[in-house]
Amino acid sequence: MALETGKVTVYPETNRVIRRGETYGSIDDRVLTPVLQGLERTPTWWWIGFGISAALLVVYIVSVVKLITTGIGIFGNNIPVAWGMPIINFVWWIGIGHAGTLISAALLLFRQPWRTTVNRFAEAMTIFAVVCAGLYPILHLGRPWVFYWLVPYPNTFGLFPQFRSPLDWDFFAIGTYFTISLIFWFIGLIPDLASLRDNARNGFQRLLYGVLSLGWNGSTKAWQRYQRAYLLLAALSFPLVLSVHSTIALDFAVAQVPGWNNTIMPPYFVAGAVFAGFAMVLILGVPLRKALKFEHLITLRHLDNAAKLMLATGMIVVYGYFIEVFIAWYSGVEAERYMIWNRMFGPHGKYFWALIFCNFVAIQPLWFRKVRQSPWALFVIALAVSVGMWLERFVIFVVSLTRDYLPSSWSDYVSTFWDWSLFIGSLGLFGTLFFVFVRLLPSIATAETKETAYHDHHHGSDAFETIRMEYYNAEETA
Amino acid sequence: MSSVTLGRKTEPLYALVAQFDTVEDIRLAAERTRKAGYTRTDAYTPFPVEGLDEDLGMRPTNLGWVVLIVGILGLLGGFFLQWWANTVYYPLNAGGKPLNSWPNWIVIMYEITILSAGLTAGIGMILRNGLPRPYHSIFNTPGFEQASRDKFFLSIEARDPKFDLVNTRAFLEALEPERVSEVER
Repeated sequence: MALETGKVTVYPETNRVIRRGETYGSIDDRVLTPVLQGLERTPTWWWIGFGISAALLVVYIVSVVKLITTGIGIFGNNIPVAWGMPIINFVWWIGIGHAGTLISAALLLFRQPWRTTVNRFAEAMTIFAVVCAGLYPILHLGRPWVFYWLVPYPNTFGLFPQFRSPLDWDFFAIGTYFTISLIFWFIGLIPDLASLRDNARNGFQRLLYGVLSLGWNGSTKAWQRYQRAYLLLAALSFPLVLSVHSTIALDFAVAQVPGWNNTIMPPYFVAGAVFAGFAMVLILGVPLRKALKFEHLITLRHLDNAAKLMLATGMIVVYGYFIEVFIAWYSGVEAERYMIWNRMFGPHGKYFWALIFCNFVAIQPLWFRKVRQSPWALFVIALAVSVGMWLERFVIFVVSLTRDYLPSSWSDYVSTFWDWSLFIGSLGLFGTLFFVFVRLLPSIATAETKETAYHDHHHGSDAFETIRMEYYNAEETA
Repeated sequence: MSSVTLGRKTEPLYALVAQFDTVEDIRLAAERTRKAGYTRTDAYTPFPVEGLDEDLGMRPTNLGWVVLIVGILGLLGGFFLQWWANTVYYPLNAGGKPLNSWPNWIVIMYEITILSAGLTAGIGMILRNGLPRPYHSIFNTPGFEQASRDKFFLSIEARDPKFDLVNTRAFLEALEPERVSEVER
């Protein structure tokens, strides 16, 4: 098998969905080579990235051991701020996951050809982010080893979970989200695993990919069922992704804390999740396409589209901020009005203005195509958005809890060392999983990309391709 | 996968397999094979080729109906789980709400619907395709590792009523494939 060896060609940037003249074989060579090459050919950037992530993973493990042996008193949570950093980080992580499902499901249903090269790593990002998120509430239970009590099963206590509680809804929403995302991802991987099996260079690879590909042979009957299953999973995942963050928003919206009890919470949370998710897609995608030399597969067009979606969802979130202020004033409720004033000018006011900067001001350059087509500018903006979305959750959860209706129960919140070590450690968990994924599995869905290449050869990747390229060319020569 | 050795020539024949280079070639070949009256046929491609199932005369899959039925069962199951637990098995007054406070159960009913339908779609596809199945006779085709890369294969199985080694081979050769192979079981 003639997989590429030696120097790898870097193709120039393009605005097409895929470089013109890409063949089925050239896609396989570029995507599968980094996976199949021997350990001694693993690039330096991988070892550095994996090393840092693994070191942070150790921090995570140490923090979890400390948490389990000592108890959740090591967190800065108190009364009234019973939900501090753990829930901020939980919601932050779960939000990040949303872009992956949106890319894989919604863009498939809308027949957007640009999803094919970004869906694989975005879905991996989703699964790993949901792992990081899901561990937070479990660890915060105090007795994490009995987390299965949340599952309704016949037991000797004669008890069932409280089905009327949004916290149990969360368990079902996240459990379903994780399971469906995992199966969607795995089904997408099967043809590529078969490709890896057929190109395996040693016994380990033959065994690993042979077992994982389940004996896929690409028969037409198999593809027929495969495509139907894939479409159905997309159709089921699209509403699911909207429901997951809505359910999490209900944790807050059904409570009576000022700043939480708003009907706008579910849609506003979903928009924020997609916003943060696309930021993470860019944070991962920009270095990934550079490192693996995927510039002709994950093109400027993909980055441009992701940036547009980030801008659109970001502006929906900003609209949410204005509506929160407006409703607080319009409701005439004293506690709500005070909540907004406290959010802006109270002891944690600087976080509010920092979040407005990160989520509103920093994304405004995305209106310009030049910015949307500069990968590293997008990377920086995406980092700002990730910080901004973390601050948003801090402002909504913690600042609201510190100032409840009764001034006698007011308090402050100070995070602890272990709050931060667990959070930074969870970044290590995510990074480790992601680096292992990049090394062991193809970061681009090759079978789907071949289909895109086929359509591209025959009639352009979509109906507007010719018009769009004429526009770009006219602009570039002008 | 493994090449044909003389000593194993006595193995029963599985199929005649023709290899093609492009989507157009395989689609044309599939259509002609169907029109020639062959029924035990299949095509193996690196990516889903639109219309190839119809070219081969395959009926659409009924997976969608199975998923729909299981999804509805999941919805009902989700409702009755909560209804039974909260009104029959352990009636619990929470916040003065009626015991049968179904609006509170919508989220879990919905999640169980999606979970059961999604698992049926995914696992159902795998099982209906006969997977996991490490060994399949088609893997004996010379050059079949390219079926996951950039080649397209058309097989006519030996158990096809119209199958005849000489005639079928001549028929496949007439389709101008890159090569035709006799594949053992």
